Amino acid sequence: MKKILAVLVEDKPGVLSRVAGLFSRRGFNIDSIAVGETTEPGISRMTITVEEDSPTLEQVVKQLNKLINVIKISNITEDPAVSRELMLIKVQAEPQNRGEIQQIVETFRGKTVDVSPDSMVIEVTGDDEKLEAIKLLLQYYGIKEIVRTGKIAMVRGSKNSAGN
Amino acid sequence: MILKAFQEEGVTRVFGYPGGAILNLYDSLYDSSICHVLTRHEQGAVHAADGYARVSGKPGVVTATSGPGATNLVTGIANAYMDSVPMVVITGQVPTFLIGTDAFQEADITGITLPITKHNYLAKDVEELPRILKEAFHIATTGRCGPVLIDLPKDVQALEEKYNYPQEIDIAGYKPNVEGHPGQVNRAIKAIKNAKKPVIMAGGGVVRSGGYHELQEIATRGNIPVTLTLMGLGGFPASNHLYLGMPGMHGTRAANYALMEADLIIAVGVRFDDRVTGKLDAFAPRAKIIHIDIDPVEIGKNIAVDIPIVGDLKRVLQALSRRFQPGDTAEWLDKVNQWDKKVDLNPEPVDNKVIKPQQVINKINEITGGEAIIATDVGQHQMWTAQHYRFEKPRSFVSSGGLGTMGFGFPAALGAKLARPEETVFCIAGDGSFQMNIQELSTAVYYGIPVKVAIINNSCLGMVRQWQELFYNRRYSYSTFEYGPDFARIAEAFGAKGMKVDQFDQVEETIKTAMQEEGPVIMDFRVDSTENVFPMVAPNQPINNLMMDGSDV
Ligand SMILES: Cc1ncc(C[n+]2csc(CCOP(=O)(O)OP(=O)(O)O)c2C)c(N)n1
Repeated sequence: MKKILAVLVEDKPGVLSRVAGLFSRRGFNIDSIAVGETTEPGISRMTITVEEDSPTLEQVVKQLNKLINVIKISNITEDPAVSRELMLIKVQAEPQNRGEIQQIVETFRGKTVDVSPDSMVIEVTGDDEKLEAIKLLLQYYGIKEIVRTGKIAMVRGSKNSAGN
Repeated sequence: MILKAFQEEGVTRVFGYPGGAILNLYDSLYDSSICHVLTRHEQGAVHAADGYARVSGKPGVVTATSGPGATNLVTGIANAYMDSVPMVVITGQVPTFLIGTDAFQEADITGITLPITKHNYLAKDVEELPRILKEAFHIATTGRCGPVLIDLPKDVQALEEKYNYPQEIDIAGYKPNVEGHPGQVNRAIKAIKNAKKPVIMAGGGVVRSGGYHELQEIATRGNIPVTLTLMGLGGFPASNHLYLGMPGMHGTRAANYALMEADLIIAVGVRFDDRVTGKLDAFAPRAKIIHIDIDPVEIGKNIAVDIPIVGDLKRVLQALSRRFQPGDTAEWLDKVNQWDKKVDLNPEPVDNKVIKPQQVINKINEITGGEAIIATDVGQHQMWTAQHYRFEKPRSFVSSGGLGTMGFGFPAALGAKLARPEETVFCIAGDGSFQMNIQELSTAVYYGIPVKVAIINNSCLGMVRQWQELFYNRRYSYSTFEYGPDFARIAEAFGAKGMKVDQFDQVEETIKTAMQEEGPVIMDFRVDSTENVFPMVAPNQPINNLMMDGSDV
């Protein structure tokens, strides 16, 4: 099962390669990683999705904790959280199909952001399930390219996603 | 400014090798009170600093130039990392404006050493430098120790910043846990009280934390037998009747059988390395495991633990020793005492012309009474030393455990001797390994460092040969030396004393002569090249499956 870790890190050069390097070196499976700034200057937040079961997950957390630039790790898999990912899809779209495709896009509350003679670029946001579902539908027309941001997540309510 | 930081940190000696990108630092060393030891290779410098750190407990400090100087350090840094040795490494780097352009002698040493340092820094801004230096020493020497590298561009070195060394330190992501969790300590106390067949397995952590008195107290008051991993040798006196010898691949019968039969293993500062556990699923099937370690990562990494205690070993052992009550282990000790705690040895040869390697080590042990500092290289001679030298004192065994680096022993012995000039320091070397850092003879002679090197010369890469004999149908592929140098004459050419020994009756006298010599001595012991290290547990076998000779392969 996929696990989501919220990791607060010092915004120092090389911190991303320290984290990424750790995963490859120790043979941990990383699904996605998204990095961005937080409200506090000098501190960034990584949302890491991993495909590992405990006790490997426990090792992942401990090993990450050992990195000097890592300040705090929270496993928010079980917390009530909102998680989102953004996906851009370039789909094969002959003029006669555009209408149908546009309908699908609207059903998923996506957006068409570019149209060229034989293709469209579509933007969708959502959780895993939703993105997979629209992907499946669009496959029928022919998908030319997909770009995904990796998942970001936030705990609902007053609790902070990094744990306090 | 860097030297002032060194002084503030109590550094009196650094090991290094100069070059273009670190000339500014060397310029300030020129008239500094800090003593710099010029080795003959950067690898020699980093291993010497490592040996210095292991015996003194103070951080080893290394300086080298950019590019090839820095990359020559890599093996030594990895070695220190695997064995948790405190070390601060300063490398020169090309000026900041040239970084990333493949400039002359540029190498991305922070990138290269990312996985083999506890932490590293590229100090691009001179204002950050005092904080970086302070943090580097703090990180290297606290928690689970390890090497920290600072890469210092030439232009940053050149800026003379107003000196302002921070006194306080606050690293948000680094707060090592020192006290053990009281609840877990209580559970451990209960488990010890109830155990019928307890064994203490102690490793490098005991030596590093200085918790050996507490360990001895727990063992003797609790009547609990003790086994020491390679890194732990010296952490408990070999002469104590509770000592079982080393466990694992080349361990004693007593140590391995006891672990396999135990109902409680008190694991102290060990990491359940594959060389110790053998086949993991078969290891200690009946035992409850208490694992005490400073590094939470080690707990549960290789083996499931029943009672985890994260903390400084000395503190945790203190807490335990104050409050635990011994269980009844008399019956267990009777049983354990029936198993061999020592590895068999014929102290005298059948034929005076055939010296057995173990006999040489045994003689060194007899003559020094287990009180010398012994550095080793890697191979059969290292295992024979671990088996036959009876270490009595902590910090007296200096050996590359985790990485298994050939060529470590000699430079490490030099560092050890510089750290503890009043002690007798031997290097027990292999003829293969010694040739990997033989250039340090120059360093030994130049600084007059009286290390006694005993080369266990079996004219082969013995450990490789042994595996080929046992597991590769005696196909000795590139492991035997048809030609070997005359080490005694090499020593003489460097200006050291050299002695060649090929008769058993000269062994004792040679060692005694060497100890009387004022300078460095190289003893070339020509030993039987067919001798193997036994007992042996074949890789991935349960550790009670011991081969006592080659016949059962
Ligand atoms: C740098 C390095 N290269 C290769 C090895 C693999 N290796 C392990 S033991 C050994 C043989 C060592 O020979 P020697 O130093 O003569 O010691 P002996 O085993 O004969 O006592 C080798 C090649 C190693 N440990 N380190």
